[in-house]
Amino acid sequence: MKNLKSLLVIILAFFLIVTFCFPAWGAKTIKIGVIGPMQFVQGKGHWNGATMAAEEINARGGVKVGDKKMKIEIVKADSNEFLSMTDATNAMELLLTRHKVDFVVGGFRSEAVFAMQDIAMDYKKIFIGCGASHSKLCLRVAEDYDRYKYWFRGTPFNEKFLGRTALIQLATIGAILKKSLNIPKVKVAIVAEKAMWVEPMIAATKGFIPKVGMEVAGVWQPSQAATDVTAELSAIQRAEPHVIFTIFSASVGVSFARQAGELNIPAVLAGINVEAQKDGFWEATQGKGNYVFTMNTYARGVETNELTKPFVDKYIKRFGEVPPYTASTYEAIVYTLVPAIEMTGTLDADRLVKVMEAREFKTPGGKVSYLKDEQGRPLHELKWGPGYMTSLGVQWQDGKLVGVWPNKWVAAKGAPEVTYKGIVPFKIPPSMIEKYK
Amino acid sequence: MILDIIITSLINGSTYALLAIGFSLIFGVARIVNIAHTAFFMVASYCIYMITRKLGYHPIVGMLVAIPLITLLGLICYKLFIDPIREHEAAVLISTIALAIAFQEIMLLIFTGDYLSVPALIQGYFTVFGAKVFYQQLITFIAALVILGALRLLLMQTKLGLAIRSTAQDREVANLMGMNESRVAMITMGISVALAGFTGAVVVPLTTVNPFMWLHPLIMMMAVVVLGGLGSIKGSFFAAYILGFAEAAVVFLIPMGAFLKGSVALSVMILVLLIRPEGLFGVAFEEER
Repeated sequence: MKNLKSLLVIILAFFLIVTFCFPAWGAKTIKIGVIGPMQFVQGKGHWNGATMAAEEINARGGVKVGDKKMKIEIVKADSNEFLSMTDATNAMELLLTRHKVDFVVGGFRSEAVFAMQDIAMDYKKIFIGCGASHSKLCLRVAEDYDRYKYWFRGTPFNEKFLGRTALIQLATIGAILKKSLNIPKVKVAIVAEKAMWVEPMIAATKGFIPKVGMEVAGVWQPSQAATDVTAELSAIQRAEPHVIFTIFSASVGVSFARQAGELNIPAVLAGINVEAQKDGFWEATQGKGNYVFTMNTYARGVETNELTKPFVDKYIKRFGEVPPYTASTYEAIVYTLVPAIEMTGTLDADRLVKVMEAREFKTPGGKVSYLKDEQGRPLHELKWGPGYMTSLGVQWQDGKLVGVWPNKWVAAKGAPEVTYKGIVPFKIPPSMIEKYK
Repeated sequence: MILDIIITSLINGSTYALLAIGFSLIFGVARIVNIAHTAFFMVASYCIYMITRKLGYHPIVGMLVAIPLITLLGLICYKLFIDPIREHEAAVLISTIALAIAFQEIMLLIFTGDYLSVPALIQGYFTVFGAKVFYQQLITFIAALVILGALRLLLMQTKLGLAIRSTAQDREVANLMGMNESRVAMITMGISVALAGFTGAVVVPLTTVNPFMWLHPLIMMMAVVVLGGLGSIKGSFFAAYILGFAEAAVVFLIPMGAFLKGSVALSVMILVLLIRPEGLFGVAFEEER
């Protein structure tokens, strides 16, 4: 009898173990860490993009890895990188050691991403950056391939290409002002936040402006967290610029646009203003950000290619706003990682890197191809230009963020004109028309 | 350019003055270094945001509701987190830092890190010698003067003012003379936090509302208070305009170094303290208090 009881206990224990453990064996997932400043719009974009990607892939049965299907599991890590670099590195460590993720996507501030990149490389995990633009992040791949080959740029393209695009857009606006308002020499005030990524852009902008027949009216560098820039605006107004070329990724973009609008400064605000890419910008500036122009990745109704509209529409339906550029975690998962995993049939980072760096593929933001340096070494850097990634120029027009660039853009002599579907004409602010026409 | 600098410094200085007067008051009376002072200013800003943007009321209604609410919050915080440890100045300092961070994290949880804004009491601007000035900035400037005048009246012409001044001079003797020193400190804390709330109400339309908006004003306010002389309201008032002037001068004279305006203002403070360690209007020796 006693033996029978023991046998029953053993059988019960066996069933309990099988019941609780078996689903875990069967549910082996691909773990993707999503790292970003989750309390801010950039991090929310990271998470939303990854959420959409995971939902979409899991709904179609998961990722085919060899002969089995694996679901995607995303793990959120708040890097808090605007405030603490230590929090950022801790978040990355947590993803890799505690959650044991297979891949990482995200990151925003270049300063923090450098540190995060090193940690991911220590663990030989593929890290697709979806926010930081510093070119050195990719130069490291060429300089020390064996260590940094696991890093890929997802978005945006590097600060040199960002600068080039912004300057092309600036030249376009300068030409419009010259033609429409008969301004003989367009004066440009450069206003850039104090941050690591803007320094090369300021130098490039100062060099570029005279080359296209315009004039530099001065350079101002407020703090990236400045909440009151009336002093800077008063000084800028004294220089009487026609264009205020902004290079902002932080909160100063809201204060600056709002106060410039309130002061009714007769100048076009153009350049890069990450805050102006958000739907919430209109409310944050109380409509004073009207006619602000900024570079962007997505806009309502604008199609870079046939993949753009389905993605943007679905994102708006799911989250109620236009995807910020950090939502390209969606592209990183759906178009970069998953096809490479399915092609190789493995999660092995070394084998995936070989496939990933050689691929050329379309994403909602444009065609992805990875560059090599002058010596032919892989950079894992995004290729820029017509047919590849170009980004958009968007403008706030009476409460709507519309795409205004590229509009009949000729990238080089003899090259075909580029105009994306859904692009509308650029509007000159009425205060400028009133003053100059 | 000189006119631009003067106008801008008067406007910047007014914000710092409004914050520093409240901070000085509670320090002067109760020796409480309330690091959470600007955090109350931040909470008041969110309160006004909720009332104006989410509930759709006029900014005046926002002000009228926010100031008493923040004062009440300040008094509750005083009773719970400051009063029990008041005798230990270092503990009070740490406690108020914790309080400020707690407010920041709560706001971050509720509103996330999005940058928000509040409409001005009076929209638009006017021009003085070619420099554009928002009506809201003029309100801030006038408010700073009115508050200083009102505080002076309160301190010099009322019984409460007498109690506050005597407590500030010597807590023990004031106690022996029959004044409820703890109650005076609590009332002063209420006035101080109400001032922070009022500053939030006046300044918030000029700035962006976010959970970290208390940090920069805190540094500047501390600099103002130290420069003016710890606990000296008059000193805080003048020091606020000196630092406001230093900030404005940096922006106009070194445009590419505009981000350094805070650092330059703090350097001015250090420089003045090297020459006059007690600050502009401070008492030279602690024993003289």
